[in-house]
Amino acid sequence: MPRLLGVDIPNDKPTHISLRYLYGVGDKIARDLCHKAGIDPLRKARDLADDELSRLAALLERDYVVEGPLRRQVAQNVNRLRDIRCYRGIRHRLGLPVRGQRTRTNARTRKGPKKTVAGKKGVKDLR
Amino acid sequence: MSRSLKKGPFVNFKLFRKVQLQDEAGTKEPIKTWARACTIVPEFVGHTFLVHNGKIHVKVFVTEDMVGHKLGEFAPTRIFRGHGGKGKR
Repeated sequence: MPRLLGVDIPNDKPTHISLRYLYGVGDKIARDLCHKAGIDPLRKARDLADDELSRLAALLERDYVVEGPLRRQVAQNVNRLRDIRCYRGIRHRLGLPVRGQRTRTNARTRKGPKKTVAGKKGVKDLR
Repeated sequence: MSRSLKKGPFVNFKLFRKVQLQDEAGTKEPIKTWARACTIVPEFVGHTFLVHNGKIHVKVFVTEDMVGHKLGEFAPTRIFRGHGGKGKR
């Protein structure tokens, strides 16, 4: 399996699909990359030659923020909000939805698994 | 959706003038305000505001990082003291 930017090993899918296994590369960037590197997006990733891989890697390094640096950037943005004690930062700290979604129900992605509270609405139904 | 660039950021003019007056006088007294919707502009940095949260005025010291946010974002309007708790009632 080919390796791109160190750790990532996209599998034997078409190139434009397997590029999406990189953090920060979606369908748009994947297709753009194939185009810029002059690679047929439908060719299987396992058939990529070494020079094609290095071309892709060079393009990624030069034009895009992906993987580690992107993760760091996101974390920095969140930490900035936390540090200035603004509403969004507080929501991040509490692990609640940040963008005004309802929290009476749902919001399970942010709040994590359900914690059942006795006497609250719907508890009878669970039994 | 973000605000139209044509309009520029919303800044409460009276508040902005108070900040300018303070800058001229060289004082940094906390400014009492109800203008929660007012965007924090670079001129506000280093000033202290007392932003109303519906009940009291919350002290907000503006730092550089806060530019672009609204004053109201720093004065929470709701206080959550946690759910239930055994034997507390």
